[in-house]
Formats: sequence, C-alpha cells, structure tokens
Amino acid sequence: MIPELGHYALMLAFGIALIQGTMPIFGARSNDPLLMSMATPAALAHFAFVALAFAALAECYVTSDFSVLNVYENSNSAMPLIYRLTSIWGNHEGSMMLWLSILAFFGALVAIFGGNLPAALKADALGVQAWIAAAFELFILITSNPFVRIANAPFEGRDLNPILQDPGLAFHPPMLYLGYVGFSITFSFAIAALLEGRIDAAWARWVRPWVLVAWMCLTLGIAGGSYWSYYELGWGGFWFWDPVENASLMPWLAGTALLHSAVVMEKRDALKVWTILLAILAFSLSLIGTFLVRSGVLTSVHAFATDPRRGVFILAILIAFIGGALSLYAWRAPLLKQGGLFAPISREGALVFNNLFLVTACATVLIGTLYPLALEALTGDKISVGPPFFNSTFGPLFVPLMIVMPFGPLMGWKRGDLLGAAQRLLAAAMLAAVAMAAAFAIARGGPVLAPFGVGVAVFVMAGAVTDIVERTMILRLPLRSALLRAVGLPRSAWGTAFAHFGIGVALLGIIGVTAWGSERIAEVKPGQSLDVAHYRLTFEGTFNRAGPNYQDVVGRFTVYRGSELVGAMEPSRRTFPARDMAVTEAALMTRGVSQIYVSIGDPNKDGSIPVRLYFKPQVLLIWLGAAFMFFGGALSLSDRRLRIGAPRPAKAKPARTKASLQPAE
Amino acid sequence: MTRKQRRLVLIGGSLGVLAIAVGLMLNAFRDSIVFFNSPSDVMEKHVGPGTRIRLGGLVKSGSLVRGNGLRIRFEITDGKDEIPVTYDGVLPDLFREGQGVVAEGALDGSGVFDADTILAKHDATYMPKEVVDALKKSGHWKDDYAQRAALPVTGASK
Repeated sequence: MIPELGHYALMLAFGIALIQGTMPIFGARSNDPLLMSMATPAALAHFAFVALAFAALAECYVTSDFSVLNVYENSNSAMPLIYRLTSIWGNHEGSMMLWLSILAFFGALVAIFGGNLPAALKADALGVQAWIAAAFELFILITSNPFVRIANAPFEGRDLNPILQDPGLAFHPPMLYLGYVGFSITFSFAIAALLEGRIDAAWARWVRPWVLVAWMCLTLGIAGGSYWSYYELGWGGFWFWDPVENASLMPWLAGTALLHSAVVMEKRDALKVWTILLAILAFSLSLIGTFLVRSGVLTSVHAFATDPRRGVFILAILIAFIGGALSLYAWRAPLLKQGGLFAPISREGALVFNNLFLVTACATVLIGTLYPLALEALTGDKISVGPPFFNSTFGPLFVPLMIVMPFGPLMGWKRGDLLGAAQRLLAAAMLAAVAMAAAFAIARGGPVLAPFGVGVAVFVMAGAVTDIVERTMILRLPLRSALLRAVGLPRSAWGTAFAHFGIGVALLGIIGVTAWGSERIAEVKPGQSLDVAHYRLTFEGTFNRAGPNYQDVVGRFTVYRGSELVGAMEPSRRTFPARDMAVTEAALMTRGVSQIYVSIGDPNKDGSIPVRLYFKPQVLLIWLGAAFMFFGGALSLSDRRLRIGAPRPAKAKPARTKASLQPAE
Repeated sequence: MTRKQRRLVLIGGSLGVLAIAVGLMLNAFRDSIVFFNSPSDVMEKHVGPGTRIRLGGLVKSGSLVRGNGLRIRFEITDGKDEIPVTYDGVLPDLFREGQGVVAEGALDGSGVFDADTILAKHDATYMPKEVVDALKKSGHWKDDYAQRAALPVTGASK
C-alpha cells in the first residue's frame, strides 16, 4: 500500500508540475495576475506531493519492506537505522528521488521567500523550475521507478553496497545535490529574465543568495566526498580526477565565477549578458554531471549497474534544457542593455580576470573529461585521461588566479589603483617570501615547485587578512574605533575575506600532502615495526570483532614517537556476509593538522598482514579550507543587504518584516 | 581609454588566456593519455615494452599467485589471449578471480605486464565498460555477467 501511495503521489506531482510549468508562464505573457499567482500554491503543492513520495520510499526502507525491489536490492534488516535511511539514495532510483525532492524543496523555498519578487519574474522562474521537475519525474516514472514490487517477497534484503555503509553517505550526496540543484534556481531566474527580456541590478540581488546557498552546499559536498574517499577507499588519496569528481568540480568552478560576476552586476549593473550565460552554464554542467554519473558512459568509481535507456533519456533532457536555454540566450540576450563602464585595472577588471581564469579552467576540465568519450565515438580508441593531464593544465591556470586574488578586494570600483594595492600587499608578499624560504630550508627533498606553492598559499591567506586590516584601519586608528569599524563592516566583506583565506588554507594542505607525504607498503608479522616520518608503528597482532551485519578482522598497531607512546590504531578488514564482500576500514590518527593513516589487506596464513602506512602532513587543512569557504559564504548570506532584498518601488506597501526594523548600517 | 579600446583589452586578454589554455592542453594531451587495450589488442597491435597502457579483462580463474612479500602475479584474459601481470602492493577490495579488472602499467621486455595501479570499483555487480566491450569483441561476453547478481534470488520481478 505505502509504495503504491508513493508512486501515485509522484504521478500527481508530475501533473502539478505540468500545470505549474504552463499556466504561470502563459499568465506572465498575457499579463494575467490570476494565472501568474497560480505559481506559488502550485510550487507548494508540488513539493508536498514529491515529499510524500519520498517519505513513502523512506517508510519502505525503515520497515524493510523487501517486497519492493529497490529495498530488496539495497537494504538489509540487520543494518542500523541510519544506514537503512541513507541507503535510500545509495542506488540509482533512490538518488534520483533525492535529486527531485531537493528540486521541489528549492521550488517551494522560492515560492515562500520570493514575496518581494515582481510577479512576472516569479511566475516565470517557478514555471521553468516546474519544467525541470516534470522532466525528471517523467524520467523516474518511466525508467527508474523505485516503487516496483516483487511478486514473491524475499525474506531478507541483499544489503547495501558495503563501501557505502558509512556516515559519509548520510552527508555527501545530499550536500552535493543541494549544490547541483541549487543552481537550478539561478538557471530558472536566468531563463525568466530572458523571457522577460529585461534584467537589472535588482535581479542580481535576488539571485545572489541562491547562488551563495548552492555554492556553499556544493563546496561542502565536494569536500565531504573528498574526505570520505580519503578514509574509505584505503589508499589515502583525496582527489582522483575521476570523471565524476570532475563532474562536481565543473559546476563549482562555474558557480564560483557566477558568484563573482553577480557582484559586478549588482554593484555596477555591468556584465549582465555574461552573468546570465554563467547561470545557464552552472546548471548545465550540473546536468552534465548527473548524466555522466547516471548513464554509465564513463568508467568511474561511482557507476551503478546501468540501463542504456536511462542514458538516452537523460541525454534527451540534457539536450532539451541546455540546447533550449542557449537558443533562448542567443535570441534574447542582445535585447539586454549593457551598463557600467570600467577601466581594465579596477575591481570589475579583477573580477573579470577571476571569471576568465575560472571558466577557462572549467573548460579544460570539461575537455579532459569528455575527450575520451569523443575519441571513442570517432575512432573507437579507448583512452583514459588521468591526473597528469589535469595537474599540468588546471594547476598553471590556477596560479595566476591565486596571485591576483588578494588584489581584487583592495581595488576600487570603476578605476583601481594597482600601485596602491601593491603597496598595501607588501607585508603579505614579504610574509609569503619568508614562508617560501622557510619551506625551502626545512623541506629537504620534495618537488622544487612546492615551496613556491607554499608562498602563493601564504600570500593568499595574508592577502585576505590585509583586506580586513585595511578596512578596519586597525594599524592606524586606536583599537576601540578599529573594533567599531570591524563590527560595522558589511558581513559580505568578512565573508569574502574568510572564503579567500580558506582557499589559501586548502592550497597549503594540498601542497603539504602531495609534496611531503610519505608512504610505506610492506608485510609485517606480529612484533615487527614500520617507520614513517617521525613515527614508529608496531604491529601487535590481529583479533576478530563482530558488528551488526559484518565481521571485522582488526589489526592492532601501537604508535610511538621516539620512545613516547602516542596511542593505538586499529585498521580492519570488514566482511559483509550478505554480499560476500570485504572492504578495508583504514585507521586514522590526527596529530595537529597532519594524520597517520594505516590500512591493511587480508591476513596471510603465517599471521603476517600487508600494510599500507602513510604520513599525511597538513592533510586536514584541505577540508579546513573548505570549512572556511563555507563559513565565509554563510557570513555573506547573513548580510543585511541580501536578507532584505532589493528596495521596493514607492507604490508598494512598506514591508513589515523584522529586517526593516533593524537600524541602518 | 575609449569604450572601444577597453573592449579590445578585454577581448585580447581573453584570447591570450585561451591560447595559454589550449597550449597547456595540447602539451598535456601529448604526454598523459593512456590507451586501453584488451589482451588480444596487445597481441595484435604489438604494443611495445615501456608504453604505458591500461590492460583490461577478466582475472583468469586459478591464476592468482602470491609471491615474496607483497608481489602478486595473475593473468588477465579476454577469452582469446592472456597476459601475465605482476603487481606490488595491496589489491583493491573487489579484486577477485573471474571478475573484471583494469590494470595500468607497462609491459616489460619479457612480455609480463608490470602494473602499478589496479583500479578499484565500487560494486560487485559492476563491470568496467571497457572490459564489457572487450569481452563482447572477443565473443566471450555472457549476458549473465551483468545479471547474475542483480536479480532477486526468489521469485521473478514484478
């Protein structure tokens, strides 16, 4: 009964999406307020039915209803509740349901918080949003129905893929999808603006919070996925340049560019046509990402067993939306008036520079990811484009971006003073030079470029601090008035500084771990020791341990630094009888921001085990940097300017919101 | 500066960045592309020793030998030809005899493939697409490879 209810709710949601996708848009064209006002209740009802369908699927998983094929294939009654819940999206059908639910959720948010939007813009945006939802609902109903029943219900489920039985699954896909799908809002707004043929600074102000939310979630989702694969896959890599990772990186790059170009549009009314294009591209890249992951055209660690019909269907969605959006763009974009002149050396100029490099870097990733597909289609040759390609294209493009980054916030709008900015960054540059020299002196060995990278990272961090120091005038004014200035600074200024600082922190971590990490792979017998960096690990032996639906063979290691006992580490081999599969559970020991990482293979008959032992210097900085970026985004989001939105025309009633009661800045 | 000059600066700058990016990519494409081959491809194309390739197929049943320390030997087959592979290290979780595998490395002088990477896959039912194609090409693809684990044990679906 419950699964049928969910299936039915999904069909009803599809029907509502069709109404939501046509009536309000038609109303906006014929200037009919009644039709336009249908958008809000339709979006809310749509969300309610999609949520009902998702809840029905969740109920099947929670109660372990193995008469549902999807539950049978991906769940097991012995699994803890948290994994029974997360296994909803640990498979193709369920993950599409999650995608759709988040899409409907965002649609409802626009309906609720979009009270200050012009009626036509809101109607159009929600209409476009409904078309996306309808396409994916059709996709789920036709090719990926999660509610299919089995005639003779089996007694026990086949269990979730063991690698996915991890708290990471609770966090990584929802965050990533919040990011991917968040860009659907900016896409819808961009299409709505094109339909209207009119766009202004207020548009950028409405759109910016959505870009920020999507960007923050995507940042955290990518970082979370990176940390998950780092500890789960057993060899300590934090980024593989796997096609699916690239698929999440590309919308992030385009979204970061969009975030910055929207600032220019909001403040200076310039770069309109470009911002619209970026909004379209960011979501298009999210769709391409979904296609690459879900269609099985690429060999990747994320591929589920696939059905070719799905690939064709998603490809059709892709062509319809990306092709349609770009055609509309080509047709309508010339109508949008250009505004706001600026000199090449200016804040706008710096942001254009940022956009240029981010988009170019994004294009190289796209080409590297799709080139194998194109070549196979054309010549039949199968190739793989691996990390060396991306390292030697992406890296050089990011260096100028990093070096220019601290200059941006120090430049004035319209016309900037490059010399003045350089003078103010002198302290940061000196600090970077000292760090470079120190890295060169301390680190014997490692790549020659690594100390240079440390210098760049320190420059970025010190540059972010310089920005705040300059704005608060903390070095020139008495402390008290400087603090008052610090409190008075717009939160978005703090947000910028935090996010830029985070980039530097992450870069420092990436350089540290790739240049100075050490690795030992060996076979050890009980009593033997292995050395890595300053640490000595002694293998004590193995023992067995039982979990709810698995068996662990645990290897116990004691860790010494010199003669001092630091602690014990217990990596294991985890066997899941339901799937007859074993996975590696690595053990991590955090020392400051560095980590010791141990994973083991299957024990041999003589009691020895194969061991991979790594020392990962500064590795935690990578994810700490992402946390800084997220925090910066959150600060920016809480900025009063974004919260209250654009000023209303004088005719409208004055808003009686909480925000309007706050004192002026 | 006039509006025209500003626009020229912008366009010139963009083209410059684009040119740099294209140069970087062409350079990287020359050095860092790895071709995928099945064992019979290797035999037919006479892939020389030292050329970096990806070798994919099934791990031949009964061929896995653990040598000294961490050295592992096995054979990769596509049903037609087979190539011995050596690998130093810990095998990924899903490595099994009779299952699909993709190894990256190069042939040594004696025709043994020296792998430095064995690709790990998420799912026991998942078979790398290249391996599927290679098996289909050599006529040794069996439909039940994909379905074997995917179907319910009891009862038919629907």
